[in-house]
Amino acid sequence: MRKQLIRFIEDLDHRTGLHTGLRKFLYEEIPASSGWHQVFGSVALFLILIQFFTGAMLAFNYAPTPGDAYSSLRYILTEVTAGRLMRGLHHWGASMIIVIVVLHMVQVFLWGAYKKPREGTWVVGVILLLLTLAYGLTGYLLPWDNRAYWGTVVTTQIGATVPIMGPYVSRLLASTGDIGVVTFARFYGLHVLLLPPATMLLIVLHVYLVRRHGVAPAPGDELRPRKSFFPEQVFKDTVAVFIAFAILFIMAIAVRVPLERMADPTDTSYIPRPEWYFLFLFQTLKVFNGPLEVVGTVVLPTLAILALVLTPFIDRSAVVRVRRRTLAAGVVILAGLGWGGLTAAAVKSTPPQTAASQIDFSGPTQWMELTPPELAGVHYFRQEQCAACHNITGGTPKAGPNLLDTSKRHDSAWLMTHFKDPAAATKGSSMQPVNLTDTELKDLIALMLKLTPANGDVVDSAPDFAVAGALIFQKNSCGACHAVNGAGGKIGPVLNGLAERRSEAWVIQHFQNPQMMSPKTPMPAYKFNSTDMQNEVSYLLTLPDKAPGQ
Amino acid sequence: MAEQNIIDTGEAEVYGSTRRAFHLAVVYVLGALIGLALAIPTILYLLVPPKTRKESGWIDAGDVSQLTSGIPVELSFQENRMDGWRLVTEKKTAWVVKEPDNKVVAFGPQCTHLGCAYHWEMQSGKFMCPCHGSYFSIEGKVLDGPAPRPLDRYMTKIENNRLQIGELKQSSPAA
Repeated sequence: MRKQLIRFIEDLDHRTGLHTGLRKFLYEEIPASSGWHQVFGSVALFLILIQFFTGAMLAFNYAPTPGDAYSSLRYILTEVTAGRLMRGLHHWGASMIIVIVVLHMVQVFLWGAYKKPREGTWVVGVILLLLTLAYGLTGYLLPWDNRAYWGTVVTTQIGATVPIMGPYVSRLLASTGDIGVVTFARFYGLHVLLLPPATMLLIVLHVYLVRRHGVAPAPGDELRPRKSFFPEQVFKDTVAVFIAFAILFIMAIAVRVPLERMADPTDTSYIPRPEWYFLFLFQTLKVFNGPLEVVGTVVLPTLAILALVLTPFIDRSAVVRVRRRTLAAGVVILAGLGWGGLTAAAVKSTPPQTAASQIDFSGPTQWMELTPPELAGVHYFRQEQCAACHNITGGTPKAGPNLLDTSKRHDSAWLMTHFKDPAAATKGSSMQPVNLTDTELKDLIALMLKLTPANGDVVDSAPDFAVAGALIFQKNSCGACHAVNGAGGKIGPVLNGLAERRSEAWVIQHFQNPQMMSPKTPMPAYKFNSTDMQNEVSYLLTLPDKAPGQ
Repeated sequence: MAEQNIIDTGEAEVYGSTRRAFHLAVVYVLGALIGLALAIPTILYLLVPPKTRKESGWIDAGDVSQLTSGIPVELSFQENRMDGWRLVTEKKTAWVVKEPDNKVVAFGPQCTHLGCAYHWEMQSGKFMCPCHGSYFSIEGKVLDGPAPRPLDRYMTKIENNRLQIGELKQSSPAA
């Protein structure tokens, strides 16, 4: 058996050279000093393969046109088994590649591994870094949610400021007017058709160059015997790859990547923000205004890229001993501090995203369809801790009966009696009377009559700001004049779709001084405190564009 | 094979066969773990049917009082269905037969052989599939041809003389 196997391998090798090739690859001799510091290249290669794979998997369930892109991603996240994991791997894998590629670069830089004759390897590496960033920029648009859309608006506008080339960049990305189907198609084409083969080719070239010149030796290596790449260094690389993969996998499971509201070009309250690794650039832009803007958008980034590309030609000394490369270490530390400082400043100076724009649309969203009384009922439901004794998800009843389908068993009059005096409604009930006013109880009853097995999770999933907003809505009887989700008065305008018509600032000012914003309106002014105002406005801006069922 | 390389370089003491075996074992085990952690979710991702929100419910297909017992009629109706991430409205048809006892049966419009559209032949009083010559009785039973099982039936109910059509149930070959 064994003999036959060896025979087979020999025959195969005779015809294809596979075995010899693999042996040559694996038993490559590397300097004795090689070790743990050189694992990052392998990790980066592994991560890019993970991106190729998860990207292809996502493409199996993804429709690359705006609108459909959003609903298909939502389908992946909510309906496809392991879809959230696939997306998580692809999303966090992208961030992780940036981290690893930078670490790889820092290592090569500190060890002076870019020096003669390895300048070409370094330059190819810099191009690969730029391609990695291009993946990030183009992939950012593909979910087609608000975050994707507005982030890309900023990116393409930066592209447009490039002197001379600007208009051509805009035309290339089809972003001269609004960002629409054509821009989307260009970004998608770049992301999945052009960048991957370019990356593959350059990686092959990069690895070929590494092999051609051999792994860069450290001082003293010439006196020590060389060792084999396999299995000792392969072992180290594998351990590093495994650690990276474990972190990635845990992040993909534990850190939920939200899907925001579908891209809405009319949303004026959205604060665009780039991916974390671009924040430093974003912050740099803020320093340069007016005619100097181009310094931040084009001049500095170009200089930085040039400095990277030219590194091996600027630093031509032969010194490679890490301890003696104090200047190189200084450059790395300065770059790190600069990057960290700018990123921190960007995080600090950007106002927090409004609660309304942070809602995860890949989670349960049925609470959005509740009327204000029903949603205010959620507040009382939570306040009175109904869930301590009642189940709202089906399953085994707790001390009290399950509350789904209450409407099939009871009416509002019964519920009113029940809440005030449980024993009067149900003989022998051990439930405590609910201490709320009649008005408050009406809201709770509205919720009770709304609950069904299909929407029971609203009690858990409705975000606090929306519940608080609905409560304020009820307390101020906004529903006397305004309709929300099909319930309420007809004197004032319907509030569904408010986000499409008005900005956050407009709504706030309108509350404070209605006549200033819309003259002749009979609406009285409302002086909410700032928390209440925030909750109320966020709630109103989260309302569905149309009342459910319309 | 590989040992020679290493022993030749006189590194045997530094990089002995025990360490080598350990390194190899770790490489294989960690590699396998990564492979499994990717393969299992991928299989689930590709093969488990998505939890599609079923647009269950009855669809109105028309007035049954117009039907004549023993004469099948092809009725069409609109069905809303989730096609992946899309809600699609489709025109669907059913061959509807009123039985002598006033019960109404609705057959799926495709031949159980290879899915061709069959039709009712008035002269012979049979359903006939033009593709490969399968014949079905008015009860949907296979009379002739390659069809492996009787015609599939929709779930039906009658409300206020209107035919309500539900899910299409696949027939069993035994019948």
